[in-house]
Amino acid sequence: MPGPSRLAELLRDGRFVVTAELTSTNSADPEATWRLAEVLRGSVDAVNCTDNTGAHVHMSSLAAAHLLVEKGIEPIMQLTVRDRNRLALQADLLGAAALGVRNIVLMSGDDVTVGDHPEARRIYDIDSMQLIEVAAGMRDRGTYLSGRTLDQAPSFFIGAVENPFAPPLEFRPLRLQKKVRAGADFIQTQLVFDVPLFARFMSMVGDLGLTDKVFIIPSIGIPRSARGARFMREKVPGLHVPDSLVDRLEKTPPARQSQEGIQIAVELLNAVRQIPGVAGVHLIGIKWEEGVVQVAEAAGLLPRPTLSPLATVGGSR
Amino acid sequence: MRVLERLVVAVEKPLKEAVWDCRMCGQCILHSTGLSCPMRCPKNLRNGPCGGVRANGNCEVYPDKRCVWVEAWEGSRRMPVFKDHIEHLQKPVDWQLQGTSSWINLVSGRDHEAPKGWEGHARS
Ligand code: SF4
Repeated sequence: MPGPSRLAELLRDGRFVVTAELTSTNSADPEATWRLAEVLRGSVDAVNCTDNTGAHVHMSSLAAAHLLVEKGIEPIMQLTVRDRNRLALQADLLGAAALGVRNIVLMSGDDVTVGDHPEARRIYDIDSMQLIEVAAGMRDRGTYLSGRTLDQAPSFFIGAVENPFAPPLEFRPLRLQKKVRAGADFIQTQLVFDVPLFARFMSMVGDLGLTDKVFIIPSIGIPRSARGARFMREKVPGLHVPDSLVDRLEKTPPARQSQEGIQIAVELLNAVRQIPGVAGVHLIGIKWEEGVVQVAEAAGLLPRPTLSPLATVGGSR
Repeated sequence: MRVLERLVVAVEKPLKEAVWDCRMCGQCILHSTGLSCPMRCPKNLRNGPCGGVRANGNCEVYPDKRCVWVEAWEGSRRMPVFKDHIEHLQKPVDWQLQGTSSWINLVSGRDHEAPKGWEGHARS
């Protein structure tokens, strides 16, 4: 069995972690995925492989995650309940574990209507909350949801998502608590643009005592252009991009917009970093891996820590 | 039993459809969701809203409709009892019960049966 989650070890060690999203490819050639992942190597602690993000088809997150494992880059496999029923979800979770995937992030997924197959049948056999409990059951009790016993239980580090900015705002912390009770070990949030609102969310989460129980990793978006920021504001479900940010980029000459985008991301990152309970950041470059590296660099997050080689031996979590 | 079930469904279905836009999942949790039927959510979420709820409280999928879970949260705040049941972890839907009477399933205990590997909040 491959080793345990390095991401988990860093977090439990109290290190401020950096994760990033990998652009999912549309190529049958693994080199396409490897090329993008190589850009991130050394600049982040783990890399998210998305699951048909924005409800657009891409190579499966399971395959991408395994390609990263092969190259010694730690993946975080995203899995949505939109495209698979409970049988397929459990089959993929177990398969992922056997292929060396340790970190998973379980979510509802953007609806098919925002994607490239809006006519598709949506599945939603179980919800994301239930999937967390199912994955935890496979790990902790060594059984499928049916109760049938696994021959070898997986050792997952279980992640979930939360959107602190979507209504009902008062319910969001309680929903997060539900996810923690279901078995979530870490949370990656929706992109943070509204820092005061995020700080308020974090203080409510802190009041529930959750910052001691779960590692919370806010996402920071790196806008590359005014056009990109406008697209995020108008097209991405659940994303609340302030007009002031779009304005700021629009006022910047096109040739300098990407630099301004880096600057915006670094400012956001430094602001969220101050908020109690924030365990790391998740950088989303939106088809811009180089942007992730530049932000990590400019924010003084490089080099990334290395764990002692001993820590990567053994099969426990 | 079959006749009884048909009779009960004949009462339950039109009544709950009219009042709550019920989808007859056969395992009613309206008291835990502020009397807002979660099966109306296009993602059939039983444990709270997705991350796609619009800033105005409308649904990601149907921009003109209010999110079922925004209504559930508001409804739950008004409930004299069961207020915090919205925090309970709901088990996966048993799709075999679709179209059957939740009242009968409640009395018989059928709607409480969870898959054997399901532990709910055992960890909390
Ligand atoms: S916005 Fe609300 S009703 Fe619409 S899919 Fe999400 S949770 Fe369901």
